[in-house]
Amino acid sequence: MIDRRDLLKGAGLTALAAGLGSTKALALDTVTLPFANGERPLVKYPQKRPMIGLTSRPPQLETPFAVFNDGPITPNNAFFVRYHLSDLPYDLDPDKFTLEVKGKVDKPLKLSLKDIRKMKATEIVAVNQCSGNSRGFSEPRVAGGQLANGAMGCARWRGVPLKTVLEMAGVQAGAKQVTFGGMDGPVSDKTPDFVKALDIDHARDGEVMLAYGMNGEDLPFLNGFPLRLVVPGYYGTYWMKHLNEITVIDSVYDGFWMKSAYRIPDTPNNAIEPGTAPKATIPINRFTIRSFITNVADGAKLKAGSTTLRGIAFDGGKGIKEVSVSTDGGKTWTNAKLGKDLGKYAFREWKLPVKLAAGPVELKVRATGNAGETQPDTPRWNPAGYLRNVVETVRVTAA
Amino acid sequence: MNRTSLTLLGLALAACIGAATAAPIAYKTPDEVAAFKPGPNVDVVKNNCSACHSVDYVVTQPPMKDKKGFWQAEVTKMIKVYGAPIDDADVGKIVDYLAATY
Repeated sequence: MIDRRDLLKGAGLTALAAGLGSTKALALDTVTLPFANGERPLVKYPQKRPMIGLTSRPPQLETPFAVFNDGPITPNNAFFVRYHLSDLPYDLDPDKFTLEVKGKVDKPLKLSLKDIRKMKATEIVAVNQCSGNSRGFSEPRVAGGQLANGAMGCARWRGVPLKTVLEMAGVQAGAKQVTFGGMDGPVSDKTPDFVKALDIDHARDGEVMLAYGMNGEDLPFLNGFPLRLVVPGYYGTYWMKHLNEITVIDSVYDGFWMKSAYRIPDTPNNAIEPGTAPKATIPINRFTIRSFITNVADGAKLKAGSTTLRGIAFDGGKGIKEVSVSTDGGKTWTNAKLGKDLGKYAFREWKLPVKLAAGPVELKVRATGNAGETQPDTPRWNPAGYLRNVVETVRVTAA
Repeated sequence: MNRTSLTLLGLALAACIGAATAAPIAYKTPDEVAAFKPGPNVDVVKNNCSACHSVDYVVTQPPMKDKKGFWQAEVTKMIKVYGAPIDDADVGKIVDYLAATY
């Protein structure tokens, strides 16, 4: 008997090969994100389902929000894409791929993909979220990628701990940071290359991972194939894609993408008076806590009476303690039932049966983390539109 | 299906997998479709801005109150931060086009 799984595998590979070579721009449809100038094309890229197209060179794709109602794991073909610079390694050869580990180490390394795959693998379920996720809702509006809430996703990442590789190389005394470079780069040599840095203790915490697997498959090309950094709880800017260069340094890295870009105000809640400039800034770091209703869209018309609301919550790594929901615009709140715990860095599903009175209804959802962090009723503001985690409101009409 | 053809199928699959991983991946993105709206000096804008990024970077920016100030700051950022080689004589033309159009 022929094995059905083999047939499927074969079909999948053929589809993959055909998919990678497609050049036709498919104008599928458009969507309108809920802020001014929010019209976007739905675009079809190889290895991806139709995605909200923000930019095409370099590619930036946002996940259609309905995907988040399908479960706590975001499928690879729906996972958001964000690049900074336009020279992508479109023709990279995985067999020739080399990860270099150098700098303040006793034994510099050059590892092939095979070398890395031979090492003891670990897995972690973790959310990746773009620093600019939800920037389009910033008020007053700010420059940058105008995203709604779809520049986030949660996947099961597979790879090796960065700690293991650093131990193989032997970090020297006096090391302060580790920098990460990918195979993508600028078009002009005058443009600063995209390089990020983590403190040495963070890099060696055993959780930061060099990942080659995502939800049981290789990373999709646009999500960093063949190797990317996974920095659980931290914004996506640190999750270097096409990672091929790790350098241990004995100073604090002062390249543009750390020193000038991806900075947040150095204030207690990292916010400032809207429209003003911060006095001092620090590098963006952990996610703020967020929660969403995923099964009811803003503006929906629902039946009055019993219905079940569901959604997701996540934070920067303390884990979700509770999610509460209001169906009266925030006057009263009821705790939702939390779904399966996939780990403190994962999307946590929640659901709650509610009764909706006839008329206009304001649904709200608010998460609280294990360390007590919760979501504010009014949005915090900063010049780059980062860290948005206001209590989300979905306005519906029940009849 | 008999055992021989199963083995052949297995070999074919293995070859297929081997070929898929041994070659460069040759990822191809769809064609760019976003274009600048017509206006004075649109060619100057095209020539200077399209070298490093697609047009949608510009046209998806939010409608700002102070359009001239916003676009002046963006063009300055492209030159000072990202090293865009834009002639001094073109800067004003680009800012005026962007402020009038977006």
